[in-house]
Formats: sequence, structure tokens, C-alpha cells
Amino acid sequence: MSDIADKVKKIVVEHLGVDESKVTPDASFIDDLGADSLDTVELVMAFEEAFSVEIPEDAAEKIATVKDAIDYIEKQKAA
Amino acid sequence: MFSLSGKTALVTGASGGIGAAIARQLHAQGATVVLSGTREAALQELADSLGERAHIAVANLSDPAKADGLVAKAEAVAGAPLDILVNNAGLTRDTLAIRMKDSDWSQVMTVDLESPFRLARAALKGMLRRRAGRIISIASVVGTTGNAGQANYAAAKAGIVGMSKSLAQEAGPRGVTVNVVAPGFIETPMTDVLPETVREKLVGSIPLGRMGNTGDVASAVVYLASDEAAWVTGTTLHVNGGMAMV
Repeated sequence: MSDIADKVKKIVVEHLGVDESKVTPDASFIDDLGADSLDTVELVMAFEEAFSVEIPEDAAEKIATVKDAIDYIEKQKAA
Repeated sequence: MFSLSGKTALVTGASGGIGAAIARQLHAQGATVVLSGTREAALQELADSLGERAHIAVANLSDPAKADGLVAKAEAVAGAPLDILVNNAGLTRDTLAIRMKDSDWSQVMTVDLESPFRLARAALKGMLRRRAGRIISIASVVGTTGNAGQANYAAAKAGIVGMSKSLAQEAGPRGVTVNVVAPGFIETPMTDVLPETVREKLVGSIPLGRMGNTGDVASAVVYLASDEAAWVTGTTLHVNGGMAMV
């Protein structure tokens, strides 16, 4: 797993208070990890801060799973 | 009841009559208070008279950057995260609309409406994470009734109400409450200069038969800041002696 994936996973565990084993790439924040809409906004803000990236509203809306977040941040970091 | 022991509160406009009374009462209930305003000497004097658990954070809220940074500054001087934000700072630029300058409008909007939003936005980030917090903004009865000569001020104060209701909906799921206190005619240095006949007429329109004092407003803030008000959010508490029953 990449550094980014590790960090994303850690942030998700910390913010949602879920067990690490549940934070699989395909896990949906809302359906599988019990997040509500405010949680997802807080997660996006935590990602922005941790990775020094800006995630605009329309991109944030498309980040539904752990993998979505990792892919988006990796793409931003590569650019 | 209404103990604020262990809580940290930021009060803007704390060098003014109502702001100072709010700070005093929050402090009397046990809160650590951070007094903010533009007049450092007046803030320091108030802090000195309160003694322990009182800090100052000078900030001119007409500067957006200062407004954005005030919550962090307050938390730094208090050495604790913010539990209670009281948006009290405000100014007036009264004149009839046909004579109102753009700057009269924009100054009032910046300080009375935009800066409370900036402060609330900054405070909410920590409050949501901690699953607790109180945001209380001081509006005015004129935000509901309107008042000739105060189109700018009344618009800003009505704006506070709409903003607070929205923030209350956003923050409710995290146990953070957002409320408004809307004072009526309060005795302050500003109202002391009114001619006697004007005062008499105003008091005549108040069922409780007197002008309000700053303590009347501060008590309402203490209530909304307390744990006892945990199930009250998005509301406006009118403190006006019955002058406007809305």
C-alpha cells in the first residue's frame, strides 16, 4: 500500500472511529463506515489539510469510497 | 444550574456596555473568558477587574483576516479550546436610506454580519470535532421590526437570524447549538443621550415599563450558553420587555 493510502486509512479510522479492518478500498464512507454528510465534509477537509491539496466541491461529491479518496489524492500529487 | 465552570468563552465587543455585561456574567458562572474588542486599555481594565480566568485578544473585526484569526488567537491566550462563542461586536451607521452611503452599508455588513460568520466558521471546525459547543449571536429587535434610519443595521441583524438557523441545522447532529439573543431598548451610553421626551415615549411602548439593562441581555446569553439549554437551537430569544412580541 502506498504512503498516501496508509495516511488516508489512518485519517478515516481517526475521524470515523471505525475499526481499521473495516477500512477496505471499496468501503463506502456512508454505507459501510457509518458516516453522515457532515462526516464526509470533515473527512475531505482533513484530507486537504493532511495532503496540502484542494478538493473542490464537485470533486468532493464524487469521493464515496476509501479508494476514491486515495485515487483522487494520488492524481493531485502526481500532477 | 447554569454553571459554566471549565468552559472557555470568547466575547467580541467586550469593551462595550452589553459585551462587558455578558463577559462578567459568563465569568461569574465560572467560565474562562477571552475579551475581544478594538480598545486594548478598556479590555485590560475589564480583565483586571475580573481577575483570574480573564484574557484579552485585541482584534478589529472590520479586517477579514483579523476576524478569521480571532478564534485561534483566543484559544491560544486561554490555553484551551473554545466552548462558547458570543458574537456581540457591532456598529451602527444610522441614516435614512436616501442619504446612506455605500460605505455606511458595507461597514455595517462587514462588522455586524460578515465577521460573525467568519468567527462562527472558525469556531465550528473545532466544536464539530469535539461534539460540543455554543454559538450565540447578539442581534436586535430591529432585525425583526425594521427601523427608519437603520436599513443597514436591520438587514445585518435579520441576516444573523437566517445565518444562525442555517448553522443550527448544520451543527445540530454534533450537539452544537446556535442561537440568537435580540435585545430591545437597552440603557447604554448610546441611549443616555436621548432627549427625555423621546425616552418617555419609548418606555411607554414597553409593557414591562422600563428600559432594559445590559444584565437583562447577559442573563439570556448565560442561559443559552449553559448545559441546561442543550435542546434549544436555531431560536431567537427576544429580550425587549414585551415591546415587540414576535
